[in-house]
Amino acid sequence: MAGKATRDGFGVGVLEAGKKNGNVVVLDADVGSSTRVKNFMKEFPERFFEMGIAESNMVGVAAGLATCGKIPFASTFAVFASSRVADQLRNSVAYPKLNVKIAATHAGITVGPDGATHQSVEDIAILRSIPNFTVIVPCDYYEAKAAVEAAAEYNGPVYLRLTRGAVPFVFDEKYQFEWGKVVPLRDGQDVTIFATGVMVDQALKAAEILETEGISAHVVNVHTLKPLDLEGVIRAAQKTGAVITAEEHSIYGGLGSAIAEVLAENASLPMQRVGIKDTFGESGEPDELMEKYGLVDKNIVEAVHVVLKRK
Amino acid sequence: MNRKRLESIQDLENQAKAIRRDIMMMIHQAGSGHPGGSLSATDIVTALYFNVMNIDPENPRWEDRDRFVLSKGHAAPVLYAALAESGYFQKEDLKHLREIDQHLQGHPDMKGTPGVDMTTGSLGQGISAAVGIALAGKLDQKEYIVYAVIGDGESQEGQVWEAVMAAAHFKLDNLVTILDHNRIQLVGPCCEIMSVEPAAEKFKAFGWHVIEIDGHNMEEIVKALTEAKAYKGKPVMIVAKTVKGKGVSFMENTAAWHGNAPGDEDLQRALAELA
Ligand SMILES: Cc1ncc(C[n+]2csc(CCOP(=O)(O)OP(=O)(O)O)c2C)c(N)n1
Repeated sequence: MAGKATRDGFGVGVLEAGKKNGNVVVLDADVGSSTRVKNFMKEFPERFFEMGIAESNMVGVAAGLATCGKIPFASTFAVFASSRVADQLRNSVAYPKLNVKIAATHAGITVGPDGATHQSVEDIAILRSIPNFTVIVPCDYYEAKAAVEAAAEYNGPVYLRLTRGAVPFVFDEKYQFEWGKVVPLRDGQDVTIFATGVMVDQALKAAEILETEGISAHVVNVHTLKPLDLEGVIRAAQKTGAVITAEEHSIYGGLGSAIAEVLAENASLPMQRVGIKDTFGESGEPDELMEKYGLVDKNIVEAVHVVLKRK
Repeated sequence: MNRKRLESIQDLENQAKAIRRDIMMMIHQAGSGHPGGSLSATDIVTALYFNVMNIDPENPRWEDRDRFVLSKGHAAPVLYAALAESGYFQKEDLKHLREIDQHLQGHPDMKGTPGVDMTTGSLGQGISAAVGIALAGKLDQKEYIVYAVIGDGESQEGQVWEAVMAAAHFKLDNLVTILDHNRIQLVGPCCEIMSVEPAAEKFKAFGWHVIEIDGHNMEEIVKALTEAKAYKGKPVMIVAKTVKGKGVSFMENTAAWHGNAPGDEDLQRALAELA
């Protein structure tokens, strides 16, 4: 498998952003070697702040820096960058709409052996419910890098959800990140699969399996969960008349919920969600966990079978 | 720069009295708000806005201005009164505290109110933002000073100590924090609810330079703030011994007026005492 972790895309993207703009600063909470901010630290030591294991303060300090025109990227593991600091994100960053970027690495169950304490299954739901936050979940290294650079140019709070483990390349270095737009990856007529993050690759694999069964799947990468590209989602859903969502996140509050909300109000269509079924994860290898929690291509295929019966 | 700087202690004391009257009228009019903690911080905030801080009310976003973060955001009335009396916005606006479609929110909102440097209200968070502003000042080699006011009840928040640790670690001598040490919080005395004592010793142990003062003695306040902004090498904590509800006899030293608005008669009594 040719691929790289999206956290690596962040590491390179933030370094590039730092070269382009002297206001970009990075904050770390003693996980910098894991979040890939080391290169930025080496290149721009004066713009790198090690805040220690004190995430609440890190978010508040980022907010303060942003009031002075800095573009802070505060980075830690997704569990500690979301639920742990939800109030700080809400009151110190989102409400005053400060230009703070949260780079949340090690998201989802693909964190693997560290187990449930380190596997965020609810972070998208939390961030999506906070006004003023943009929520981006890149699907591969190149999209992560491009999204980070785009986030640095956008003025406002952004939550970037990144993975620990390698994910296969979906794009290449020529990829242009289009802010806020869904990205159709494969054209099809029978069913639309909306996928985000690591599930984009699984969705593409599922589409190939479905093709052998004579089912043509339309695969759409949703990198921005909020604000959601309403027009793009409705168009892609209506194109086939049946919808699947796939995410490495709880089926409550994430991509599945977001798409369901849009369809309920705009185009009632049969829909099935593939995602984590309101449960915590556990220790294990990422691929074992993806299998056990129903997050692989065959789970998407099964969901397609179900939804097509309801079409 | 068009700013009202008061040099004499007498003038500052009179200004503080005017702000106390504003606070009473605002909260009375609004029908809700926090008088106790606004009154205890009044002399400190007055000294900052009318003598110590380098500010320009006509240019509230001036890059080189000194910053003020009211970490105990519920004391918003004292900040709003100081801002209005300084000329950041019309004093008329004070009549519309906590009203819909008006800019004076229940807790400070930097997006809506000219002169508010940081949005606060969730206790423990403002001091972190102040650390961030001080870090930015160091990074940009700016001369500005960041002032923050925290509460003693607020200091029960773990985040306060994260921020205090960070400020010392980064040697932020451009950060001056004032502890409004009125010894009463929402429900009752801090020492009964969750003691933060010995507060001064704790800040010293965390690597801050600590100055202890009477937070209602204008001369001591101005002297301490002047010393603090010149201090090099460490952040400075001014532990200001204050009285919750200071200046309005029936509001003094009680939690009863932490978050209750004065009624018509209360207001008349308060204004008579503050004449
Ligand atoms: C995180 C948080 N918890 C609770 C509150 C509710 N609250 C508002 S003021 C207050 C008491 C604050 O006490 P102190 O810091 O001593 O303030 P002061 O007495 O100076 O008004 C509380 C509990 C809040 N605003 N934020």
